[in-house]
Amino acid sequence: MPSLGADMTEGTLLEWLVSPGDEVHRGDVVAVVDTSKSAVEVECFDDGVVDALVVEPGTRVPVGTVLATLRSPAGAAPEPAPAAVAPVEPSPAVAGPSPAAPPAPPPAAPAHRGGPGRISPLARRLAAELDVDLATVHGTGLHGVVRAEDVRAAAAPRPQDREQDMRHSIAALMTRSNAEIPHYHLTLTLDLHRTLEWLRERNLGLSMAERLVPAAALLRATAIAATEVPELNGHWVDGAFRPAEHVDLGLVLSLRSGGLLVPVIGAAESLDAVATMARVRDLTRRARGGRLRGSELAPPSLTVSNLGDQGVESVAGVIYPPQVALVGFGAVSDRPWAVDGMLGVRPLVTVTLAADHRATDGAVGSRFLRALDRALQDPASSMEQRQGAVTS
Amino acid sequence: MTATTEEVAPTTRETTYREALREAHREAMRRDERVFLMGEDVGRYGGCFAVSLGLLEEFGEQRVRDTPLSESAFTGAGIGAALGGMRPIVEIMTVNFSLLALDQILNSAATLRHMSGGQLSVPLVIRMTTGGGRQLAAQHSHSLEAYYAHIPGLTVLSPATLEDARGMLWPALEDPDPVVVFEHGSLYNVAGRLPEEPAAVDIAHAAVRRAGRDITLVGYGGTVPLALEAADVLATQGVDAEVVDLRVLRPLDDETILGSVARTHRAVVVDEGWRSVGIAAEVSARIAERSLYELDAPVERVCAAEVPLPYAKHLEDAALPQVDEVVAAARRAVGADA
Amino acid sequence: MTPDRARSALQEAIGHVVPGADLAGLPPETDVRDAFELDSLDFVEVVEQLSTIVGFRIEDHEAEALRTVGSAERFLTARAPA
Repeated sequence: MPSLGADMTEGTLLEWLVSPGDEVHRGDVVAVVDTSKSAVEVECFDDGVVDALVVEPGTRVPVGTVLATLRSPAGAAPEPAPAAVAPVEPSPAVAGPSPAAPPAPPPAAPAHRGGPGRISPLARRLAAELDVDLATVHGTGLHGVVRAEDVRAAAAPRPQDREQDMRHSIAALMTRSNAEIPHYHLTLTLDLHRTLEWLRERNLGLSMAERLVPAAALLRATAIAATEVPELNGHWVDGAFRPAEHVDLGLVLSLRSGGLLVPVIGAAESLDAVATMARVRDLTRRARGGRLRGSELAPPSLTVSNLGDQGVESVAGVIYPPQVALVGFGAVSDRPWAVDGMLGVRPLVTVTLAADHRATDGAVGSRFLRALDRALQDPASSMEQRQGAVTS
Repeated sequence: MTATTEEVAPTTRETTYREALREAHREAMRRDERVFLMGEDVGRYGGCFAVSLGLLEEFGEQRVRDTPLSESAFTGAGIGAALGGMRPIVEIMTVNFSLLALDQILNSAATLRHMSGGQLSVPLVIRMTTGGGRQLAAQHSHSLEAYYAHIPGLTVLSPATLEDARGMLWPALEDPDPVVVFEHGSLYNVAGRLPEEPAAVDIAHAAVRRAGRDITLVGYGGTVPLALEAADVLATQGVDAEVVDLRVLRPLDDETILGSVARTHRAVVVDEGWRSVGIAAEVSARIAERSLYELDAPVERVCAAEVPLPYAKHLEDAALPQVDEVVAAARRAVGADA
Repeated sequence: MTPDRARSALQEAIGHVVPGADLAGLPPETDVRDAFELDSLDFVEVVEQLSTIVGFRIEDHEAEALRTVGSAERFLTARAPA
């Protein structure tokens, strides 16, 4: 059971997408797991053949529990799996009768005391109370008896509960952020008309499925700015800034059912605007359908909040620790602007950088915003160009 | 007087189960001149298990009476004395010998109130040593509490702690109807601390000796320390056991027993009597009758093997309930080895 | 294209992003984005679905015509071949 969030302690296995005997490769999606926030696809990190599925679907287990074992493709004996987390240890030897004694044989468990299909009275009562279909419950008691904890494991968390869980997680993170991080905020209003014109022209040549929205351009520009000002792309750990190898952009998505998800566009610096758009659409679609992969919920190196979509002018955000910055974009709207010394109207967007004052000062933040502006004033090169890895 | 840590709490002193019983007798005989002790070797010898050691010297022959070797006769005499307004304590050496007085106890002591339409009361206390584990072999190792707990008209007690050994005698004497008290032979030497001024105890309720969440271990008399030891072992294995000391075998305290099962949803009853038709069977039946829908696993019973109790040490150990059997039963109930 | 066909096409397109979306009873001046809480990505998705359903491309500047339920219906009935 992977850890899919700093605060995750357990998860429920929802389904297996492989069976014993299947060949799997690194990166294959092998299972779906339910965390308190959403269903997440779990990837495999090794090549091999599935040897045994250890945990049954519907079971809630702590992070770290062995879910399945693999054997090497050559068909060698199964690797010794690390001991599954077990609540009970074997009983220690108790001083008993002398070795010569014939021990009183313990009475064998008669068949009527348990077996597949048997359900304890408590489990039956709970199933009625929790509205669980007993036919779907797997028994983990003696000889396969269905017990109360099996029924509780099978009772799906009500959507209300998940929403509450998510709210608690967000509350904890935001509180921690405000408590730990000394924020400073810098704001810049940018003229987007060159970028929007570039987008319009570019869209004429793209299929409907590839159509670009302004958000893609804003994200692309953010990735460029992050490569030019790497001091804002990384994490504050143990009292020091650790720059990230790539620009892994977190995108704040609000869910229809309430709450937030922050899927990650990995190595965004290497994606042009079209590729960025494709990633955003794919992630958004799957995030809303609850089918994100574990690697897509990994911690970003920099997060972007695009609340401008909801019509607000600017977003002075709260940084997600241990990141050191958050970029907030307001709505793109036609506003008065000085054009060649005269009053004109241009599509403007207000960007607000929230940054960790332990890691950077205003001078660094200002450079970032100016880099962002430069990228958006020269879309022909910034929107197309691919960048290499971030250099400090 | 210099301050000591004991001044913040009531003064306690080191004592034993045996001494606590003796002190209870002293207190009773000082408080009420109608109380007297009678039985085989209780006077000059000081009691077969030394419970009444010194009492003859302190209270004299009228209050501490050696009897002939005839359980039926001296139990009948005790009943007569009680009918006559006295408060006798009849000591029958062990439950094994009480069978000779069973007719007196059942057909007279327990039944005279009923047969006399309430005119006659038998305020008699009978004390008996019970249980095995000391290689006293087949005829002297019985746990026959079930025989007595079966009889309407009797109150049956089983003190397992020093507090109960000290405290149960007085309310038993105050009871206008016959009370039978069982003392497990292995408990007499158990040492501990008791307050100089012990608190009163009741003879109506069971007691939770150890609170727990995962399973209820029910015991009485000699099986209470066994259950507590099993609970300690289970704790090292991640199973949190609650231990209920029945204290009163008739009438059973359903509220405490069933209340515990309602919390833990599993039960193991530890009974040194034989498995069939015993105290554990009665407790199991009550759990099934009134708490079936709380149970997450069948009730387990750990009882004596259904054989005459052996003399050889290893065979006797094999026949009596042991800690590892209780642990294994608890693990089956919680599904630890499923 | 008839107004009814236009309306059902729009409903189907929105339904891809907002399952169970129902246009019945909504006045023509209803803002599509506000009514169904569509952000820019949702809207682009809706436009794409609509384009697939009606069988012709809808360009960025044309997407402006899809602002309200009424304007969307008018746009589709005028623009569609049949």
